[in-house]
Amino acid sequence: MARLTNDNVELAREIIGRYPRPKSALIPLLHLAQEQDGHLTDDAMAHIGELVGVSSAEVLGTASFYEMFKMEPVGRYMVNICTNISCQLRGGEELLEHAEKTLGIRPGQTTADGLFTLEDVECIAACTEAPCLQVNYRYEHRISNEGFDQLVNDLRAGRRTDIPSHGVLAEVRQHIPDERRAGVVTPEDKAAPVWIPAAGEGER
Amino acid sequence: MITDAPRIITSRFDNADSYTLAGYEATGGYQALRKALAMGPAAVADEVKTATLLGRGGAGFPAGVKWGLAPENVWPRYLVVNGDESEPGTYKDRLLMERDPHQLIEGVLLACYAIGCGQAFLYVRGEMAHAQERIAAALNDAYAAGYVGKNILGSDFSVDVVLTWGAGAYIVGEETALIESLEGNRGMPRLKPPYFPAAKGLYMQPTIVNNVETLSNLPWIVNNGGEAFAALGAETSRGTRMFAVSGHVKNPGVFEVEYGVTTFRDLIYAPQYAGGILDDRALKAYIPGGASAPWFFEEHLDLPLEKVTVDRAGSMLGSGAVVVMDETTDAVKACLRVVRFFARESCGKCAPCREGTTWLEKILQRIQDGYGRPSDLDLLMDVSDNISPGIAWPPKQTTICPLGPSAVSPIASALQRFRPEFEARIAQAEEARHSVPVNITKASSHG
Repeated sequence: MARLTNDNVELAREIIGRYPRPKSALIPLLHLAQEQDGHLTDDAMAHIGELVGVSSAEVLGTASFYEMFKMEPVGRYMVNICTNISCQLRGGEELLEHAEKTLGIRPGQTTADGLFTLEDVECIAACTEAPCLQVNYRYEHRISNEGFDQLVNDLRAGRRTDIPSHGVLAEVRQHIPDERRAGVVTPEDKAAPVWIPAAGEGER
Repeated sequence: MITDAPRIITSRFDNADSYTLAGYEATGGYQALRKALAMGPAAVADEVKTATLLGRGGAGFPAGVKWGLAPENVWPRYLVVNGDESEPGTYKDRLLMERDPHQLIEGVLLACYAIGCGQAFLYVRGEMAHAQERIAAALNDAYAAGYVGKNILGSDFSVDVVLTWGAGAYIVGEETALIESLEGNRGMPRLKPPYFPAAKGLYMQPTIVNNVETLSNLPWIVNNGGEAFAALGAETSRGTRMFAVSGHVKNPGVFEVEYGVTTFRDLIYAPQYAGGILDDRALKAYIPGGASAPWFFEEHLDLPLEKVTVDRAGSMLGSGAVVVMDETTDAVKACLRVVRFFARESCGKCAPCREGTTWLEKILQRIQDGYGRPSDLDLLMDVSDNISPGIAWPPKQTTICPLGPSAVSPIASALQRFRPEFEARIAQAEEARHSVPVNITKASSHG
């Protein structure tokens, strides 16, 4: 499978250049790989290891800790239904049950057409809008069973162009223009910042 | 008491263009930064100290004091913004990031200026794609306008603010785990000492970790003065605070109220806030400060939203998350769901938490499924005691971080208050077990 494309390598280098230590870029780079392939491939993880200077085992070690990174292919749409306390009180579990019936799969499974993966997730910070869910990390607030079916139909019919395929997070990227860049501060930069008065100044 | 305190951090929430640079500048945005540059860093730090701004992430540690914990003349110092909001019931930092990203960025700049940080990392929860977009766009605009980066507004103050993000792990909200994550590692809390990242944090350098809501208060404090902030609220809880009221209420919502004087009753019942219990049913219990907090009941309704008062009453305001359960709520089911969260999110570093939370979930699940045993309630308490000795408040812990003890809170609360519900469930299971005729067939002999 795929290593990072040339465009993504360029992006990866820009991202690495913002951190005092290259390994700090690991999670953003893993997201970039997942954006490219929909999930994390061994080749992409090895490539990321080369870029930040750690072994592919270390890359996997970090990646496997985090829920959002998928080591196997998943559906084009990741449907994450919250069942934590605020949502449970307002019908989150019933919504999950309805979703299982509508999609014909259980949490953790993917539909045969490769369109949907269902997950039963923890709190996604939309507690006052319960029950809630995310499709590829885009929110749907106060969703009813009918609303859910409508959402699934819209996704199947390609009517939800606002929701990119799984792996794509923010569609706006930070870009620091060279002429405005203050510069990375590494732990080796021991000088006091220039705007901080030297110690003891004003006391003497 | 409901007051007409100003909205400090949500003042732009009703504006359609609240997230744009133009919208921010038109409503006083980046004026605090200009003022701060004229005041000097020490004066800015003094204003924050005077304001007695408590951290809004969960622990409620005074921000000014936290800044002061950075050892003198040890450089570089980093600022890390904790935008990893994931405590169940909590919904405020995401709103602040999505609706007023420039206010947060200005707060970050003020903190960096006062503390002396040449680089800041704004760590947003992985699942919050929209917040990441809003912050990325806001940072790009703020860089272009000269508010962020090299020689800010022509001064000698320079700082890069880097947007970074996680990938789904509640534990990363713990500040040392967040730092580990930011170093590219598994997000596991660090063994203490060193006790404070302020002394040794990111790359073992002095690092101040502040919550999104905490930093969002800074522009107002610098503009209006620390004294004006401290004039709001009461006792040890100054200013205003955002509370998310969810669960069985008529009007679930996020409200910015005066800290320290507004009561739980105001928040849950007042028509301008949550508007009372759904269908006017009776209150059963409520979680006052996120899933980690012990539950409160009817008798706590008139307590003010004041840190020390709530601490003394046996719980915490935590992350400003009030989850209301009405009389129809199944205490076993609710307790199980909260405990299951901690079992799923335990990072696995400490045995009492890794094993304990898993067993607590299993035991509660079997009670819920009708397979509970009479000894299970004692067993729940025993396992809880191994994670949090004495099962007291504030909790003791046999673990590095408070995640383990957090799983004990709902069990202690539910068992103390609703023990008969658990017992009834277990008695039913017993009855079912004994009413099933046991058919003993002779085992076939394999000889």
